[in-house]
Amino acid sequence: MRANCWMGTKKVEVLEVPDPKILSSQDAIIKVTSTAICGSDLHLYDGYMPTMKRGDVIGHEFMGEVVEVGSGVRRVAVGDRVVVPFPIACGACWACERGLVSVCENSNPNAGMAEKVLGHSPCGIFGYSHMLGGYAGGQAEYVRVPFADVGPLKIEDDLPDEQVLFLSDILPTGYMGAELCDIKPGDVVAVWGAGPVGQFAMASAYLLGAEKVIAIDRFDYRLDIAATTGAMPLNYEHTNVLEELKELTAGRGPDACIDAVGMEGHHSSTALHTYDKVKQTTRLETERPHALREAILACRNGGTVSVIGVYGGMLDKFPMGAVVNRSLTIKAGQCHVHRYMRPLLDRIRNGEIDPSFVITHRMSLDEAPEGFDIFVNKEDSCNKIVLTP
Amino acid sequence: MAGHDSTTRKLGKLLGVASLGLGAPMLIKPERVSQAAGVDDSASSVPVIRMVGVRELGHAAGLLLGSSRWAWTRVAGDAMDLAVLGRAARERDGNRRKRALLAAAAVLGITTLDAYTALRTRRAKTGTKSADALRLQASVTISQDPETVYRFWRDLSHLPTFMYHLQSVEVMDERLSHWVANAPLRKQVEWDAEITADVASERLAWRSADGSDIPNSGEVRFAPAPGNRGTEVRVQLEYQPPGGRAGKVVAKLLGEEPEQQIRDDLRRLKQVLETGEVVLSDGSPAGTAARQQLKQRPAQPLPTTDKS
Ligand SMILES: NC(=O)c1ccc[n+]([C@@H]2O[C@H](COP(=O)([O-])OP(=O)(O)OC[C@H]3O[C@@H](n4cnc5c(N)ncnc54)[C@H](O)[C@@H]3O)[C@@H](O)[C@H]2O)c1
Ligand SMILES: [Zn+2]
Ligand SMILES: [Zn+2]
Repeated sequence: MRANCWMGTKKVEVLEVPDPKILSSQDAIIKVTSTAICGSDLHLYDGYMPTMKRGDVIGHEFMGEVVEVGSGVRRVAVGDRVVVPFPIACGACWACERGLVSVCENSNPNAGMAEKVLGHSPCGIFGYSHMLGGYAGGQAEYVRVPFADVGPLKIEDDLPDEQVLFLSDILPTGYMGAELCDIKPGDVVAVWGAGPVGQFAMASAYLLGAEKVIAIDRFDYRLDIAATTGAMPLNYEHTNVLEELKELTAGRGPDACIDAVGMEGHHSSTALHTYDKVKQTTRLETERPHALREAILACRNGGTVSVIGVYGGMLDKFPMGAVVNRSLTIKAGQCHVHRYMRPLLDRIRNGEIDPSFVITHRMSLDEAPEGFDIFVNKEDSCNKIVLTP
Repeated sequence: MAGHDSTTRKLGKLLGVASLGLGAPMLIKPERVSQAAGVDDSASSVPVIRMVGVRELGHAAGLLLGSSRWAWTRVAGDAMDLAVLGRAARERDGNRRKRALLAAAAVLGITTLDAYTALRTRRAKTGTKSADALRLQASVTISQDPETVYRFWRDLSHLPTFMYHLQSVEVMDERLSHWVANAPLRKQVEWDAEITADVASERLAWRSADGSDIPNSGEVRFAPAPGNRGTEVRVQLEYQPPGGRAGKVVAKLLGEEPEQQIRDDLRRLKQVLETGEVVLSDGSPAGTAARQQLKQRPAQPLPTTDKS
């Protein structure tokens, strides 16, 4: 089959690789009908995610048709149309039983590697490094899906792929980002990063009752898409974000701040950007946490900072003083996708949200390398790319 | 020589390279460095910076050629630099003061990593070694009641499904069993074992029979985990080969990181008891295994010629 493979920093190639096979009685094989490139894939592409290996099939947002199931699979059958959540979860461990699927205790066969970097191991993830399992990913014609009774969500009506594909990751992720903020009536929520994840966090913050949502980014075309959710755009290259947020909230600061940027943040001050970039390049720190630092400083006293942007290891200059002295709460996580899929599918069906608004590019799987190139450089007003094999 | 874990070793090498990168310009262009740090107004700054450069190269040599423990020399060096830069900043104002403060901030960032690496070298340990025995221990929490976990373990023929160094365990009767282990460099190692303690749902202990090649014993305890979280399983294995070669013999049997191996065994036990199977991926097609984790194949489906 054809699959998009990581071949080194800034290099992906669509190659012919073996077709996946059933390895365990609980597996299913999915024939992919739609898959997407995620901001998380850019961290792999740019070489900041440790334990990648040349030849790894990447991609973790995908859906398709079940073409084969293991002998123990009961809840999906050949011919079913399914969306597959990006965290691989066993459904049986303590974490899974509590809905904390992204920290499933059994799905990462390379847990020992993750423990060395992270203390304990999170779940395995499709196409997202060996430290997180070494699973072949979804930017491919076929994917082996472990624990097929636990993850895949059947789509039984005729909603098109583009409306349900993002249930695999970014819609639940944005929603969880807003849910972690524990939004109360009257709350002002600021979101750093007006990428697809941030845009869904903004839409979700309104669904959960926020009074006002502020979108922070430097790309006007992305801020324009964000504005369609009702969010108020703030271009950090044209204003001082901290001052502006104080102004907008009459001095209080936003009640909740969401970091939807992650480890490759950009800073308008060249000096600070260079400081982190140098340390990141020499691996003295793994992150460029500009957005997170700013989100913490901006948040009102006693407020919540919700971190859904992905970080991989260690970061410097963390404003812990602000967190402690101003009683901030920090919440974070890889999304526990499984528990949001069904309720969000209902919201899509009811017309409360149509997630396809984030899509700007439709390409074939073979064009994945070109897709990565324009997505990473934010060229051609690229916001979200959907690939079809 | 207890080696440090690979992350610590990598951090150590990394700091070595960084020391080289910091030291070289201090020796070649001390004037530039002096300017950047805001201390170019002091006559003694250039010779001092040269000395610091020599010191950095010393760190580099130690870290690159020797042990990660040399990170402690960097921590000491950082403290010196911070003191000097702190004084420099206090005595200056305007742009120079700003530059000195920026330099101090940068050093502070590096200090954190230095201290972290240095501390790791202290923490790293593998097993407890007495003169001629090696004791390994590991534990795991499993979402099943103690009785279920005990019963699974009590049938010793189950052990090879999650203990990858074992090829088979044949149960002869209530007390006696015959164990066959894979030893990568030798053919096989076999021994007879007898159960020495058996308390239902609580504890099981065994010991190899007298005269075994690799005298060993083991014990596993099962206790209810607090908050209805299933069972806490604690395993202790002890190897007492004659002639004090415990470290060597166990490394042959269990690999370079024996404690990690035991932890992986328990992880697989958990997978089997909670999900019914050992969990496999394309990079680790044989499941959790310390040796495997070092030699990952790419995360691509296995070629069809492979048996899965
Ligand atoms: N937690 C999860 O489960 C989960 C799931 C999916 C994605 N993610 C993460 O979410 C993040 C965003 O994903 P995406 O697909 O939207 O990526 P993206 O690259 O499309 O968007 C990131 C946006 O952040 C903006 N940005 C950069 N620096 C900024 C700063 N200092 N202030 C404000 N904005 C800044 C960029 O301009 C860009 O528009 C990534 O880190 C991704 O890994 C997390
Ligand atoms: Zn993603
Ligand atoms: Zn689980």
